[in-house]
Amino acid sequence: MDAMTPEYNRSKIHQHKFALWVGIGSIIMMFGAFTSAYVVRRASGNWFEFKLPDIFFLNTAVIVLSSITIHLSYRAFLSGAEKRYKGLLVTTFLLGIAFVVLQYLGWQAMTDIGATFTVNPSSSFIYVISGLHAAHVLGGLGAIAVAMAHAFILPYKPTPRRKLRFELVVQYWHFVDVLWVYLIVFFMVQS
Amino acid sequence: MAQVVTAVEALEEKYTQELGFDDHFHDHHHGDKFQSNFLTHYIFSTDHKMIARQFLITGIFWAFIGAAMSIVFRLQLGFPEADMAWLRPILGKWIQVNDAGIGKLDPEFYYALVTMHGTILVFFVLTAGLSGTFSNLLIPLQIGARDMASPLLNAFSYWAFFLAGVVMFLSLFLSTGPFSGGWTAYPPLSALPQASDGSASGMTMWIVSMALFIVSALLGGINYITTVLNMRTKGMNMWRMPLTMWAFFVTAVLGVLSFPVLLSGVLLLMFDRSMGTSFYLSEIVVGGQILDRVGGSPILFQHLFWFLGHPEVYIIILPSMGIVSEVLSVHARKPIFGYRAMVFSILAIGFLSFIVWAHHMFMSGVNPFIANFFVIFTLIIAVPSAVKVFNWISTVYGSNFRFNSASLFSLGFVSMFISGGLTGIFLGNSAIDIQMHDTYFVVAHFHIVMGIAAFFGMFAGIYHWFPKMFGRFMNETLGKIHFWGTIFGAYAIFWPMHYTGLAGVPRRYYSIDNFESFKHFTDLNKFITVAAIVVFFLQLLFIINFFYSIFSGRKMTVKNPWGANTLEWTTPIETGHGNWPGKLPTVQRWAYDYGKNGEEFVPQYIPLKEGEHDHGH
Repeated sequence: MDAMTPEYNRSKIHQHKFALWVGIGSIIMMFGAFTSAYVVRRASGNWFEFKLPDIFFLNTAVIVLSSITIHLSYRAFLSGAEKRYKGLLVTTFLLGIAFVVLQYLGWQAMTDIGATFTVNPSSSFIYVISGLHAAHVLGGLGAIAVAMAHAFILPYKPTPRRKLRFELVVQYWHFVDVLWVYLIVFFMVQS
Repeated sequence: MAQVVTAVEALEEKYTQELGFDDHFHDHHHGDKFQSNFLTHYIFSTDHKMIARQFLITGIFWAFIGAAMSIVFRLQLGFPEADMAWLRPILGKWIQVNDAGIGKLDPEFYYALVTMHGTILVFFVLTAGLSGTFSNLLIPLQIGARDMASPLLNAFSYWAFFLAGVVMFLSLFLSTGPFSGGWTAYPPLSALPQASDGSASGMTMWIVSMALFIVSALLGGINYITTVLNMRTKGMNMWRMPLTMWAFFVTAVLGVLSFPVLLSGVLLLMFDRSMGTSFYLSEIVVGGQILDRVGGSPILFQHLFWFLGHPEVYIIILPSMGIVSEVLSVHARKPIFGYRAMVFSILAIGFLSFIVWAHHMFMSGVNPFIANFFVIFTLIIAVPSAVKVFNWISTVYGSNFRFNSASLFSLGFVSMFISGGLTGIFLGNSAIDIQMHDTYFVVAHFHIVMGIAAFFGMFAGIYHWFPKMFGRFMNETLGKIHFWGTIFGAYAIFWPMHYTGLAGVPRRYYSIDNFESFKHFTDLNKFITVAAIVVFFLQLLFIINFFYSIFSGRKMTVKNPWGANTLEWTTPIETGHGNWPGKLPTVQRWAYDYGKNGEEFVPQYIPLKEGEHDHGH
């Protein structure tokens, strides 16, 4: 009978982590739909070409940097370097806010060159897609705020439960970073 | 029978003690604190069984509203001359009484009724009411889990659905009426508030409601997928799962992949409506005024909508297919025929559902060469569907079949699925669709294949798992009257629509009696309406039976009344939080050992005998 019973490997992946991945899958589908809509709409003509303001590239550097800092913070959390863990977490949070602010300045720069929200779908799409991405970044900032509360209010103790919670935040933050890199490359290739 | 079952319960006790998996669930006092009083037990519960019942009862409420709406517009279609003044107390100003004292249904409101009927039935009843109910009830019970992966998100899923319902319900009372541009919400009708009465606040509320509904569907789907993949008990590998689990799992995958696409489509629509963008709008004159929006493409919305819309019909039908497979096998006392073929056909249907969406758009100006691609894949769906039908028939064939309400509705499902599926082969051809599209032929097709069929699967599930949900049985006599009346009635409603549709009678029209060419259908239309009213009252019989049986039905005295193999019947009659009082049962075999080696049924927790082969893998 034992030979017939398969290996019992319950909880190999924690269910909350797996649920996060499935959720990320659905967010990917939403942005996939937006970018497909962009391609389809562009192909049907009456499309107003313009150059993306440079501020969006600065933006990209900021969010990539924040991904690195949160990763180092997680490593410090695991290895017991409490100070480094807290410092890098705060840095990540500030970089995240900087990203949202730069995003806003980017939209202003677009409006300044006449690529307003309603002038043509080519600019409307950029506002909508980057705006929705920024909303997901704000969600991530909320999660980082909770992680900071854990870091500064609770005593430092890398229990499996706290490790998991922090890991969920880190993975989501990496996701919004990769998503933005995809979007900026997509906009560059398209225009 | 009773003694056999008691012996089975003794065996079950023995095997749970010997082989059960101790997850120390009851060592910690948790969970029960959520169910301490009426509010937390019945209203804000995080227990999957309670959430399942919430979904079901909310679904029944919406089914009643949606069906009542169809009766009102069927009265208009069947008896256009009749006086509807008696509906004034309910519909108020939507019934216009003329000088002669004859009440007429307002044409704008007719469109609103058709739109709401579609939206409510497709999303609130056959998505939330069906997969919300049975995925919640059965996934943890059948795979041997204490609850969902995230009980809290699961409760949020119900409450998002509830709020979506509240918003939609309130929109029915707007002075401009609810949205009236069809459940597909095509722009420009949906994108311009000035396009019609229903396109004003009604459409805004429709969008808000749908956004909440999508949140609900996603939270539910994420939970179902994670639970099936991560929370199975020891020994329950994928190939030992009952077909219900496979069906609900693939349904959830389809939902998680397709609902976000609808959300993006609807978001763009929202910007077109309120922020002045032109994603979908171009060169339109509305109300004699030239609109200053250029460059949008209404076809883009159709692509985004149907990329959800087509998987959506499988989100509706797959849970019913799973339920029917399980119910037929249990009541035929035979293993399901071709278990692996059933699983692969579910997967194939799930995959194909994503590459056929444009068959809804053959007449929207899609390039005929692209249409060819969609025709081919649409017709290929007939293959896994036929495999399933063949397997259901083979499962029942030559069996010692138990005819009860649950199994009859399962047979009814197979009948409906065949009848409706065949007309799908007509409509899947882009050339034939030129004649058929937007006629009653389409109405007949989708109502039979996904409306009635999905409802039959749902009824089969309700009659079969009612004892698990409420500890009592539904009345069998009423159930059988409900079945025979509904199957004849449903065919009486939709069969004639094939003829009117072939003759070209267009759907969604307020009145077809002023076309000379359709005059001879007047009596047929009356017949359809009368049949619809009869079927409507039969469903009231079901609702009475349902609520009466919750409180006063025959009590369930044994744990496993149907003699089924799956794990949900090993839980106590009054299933508490955590589902199993002690250890979790472990799984030793697949779910379909019926009539094996002279034994009537061998539940999943019984170890394989020396030299016995497990069919599951």
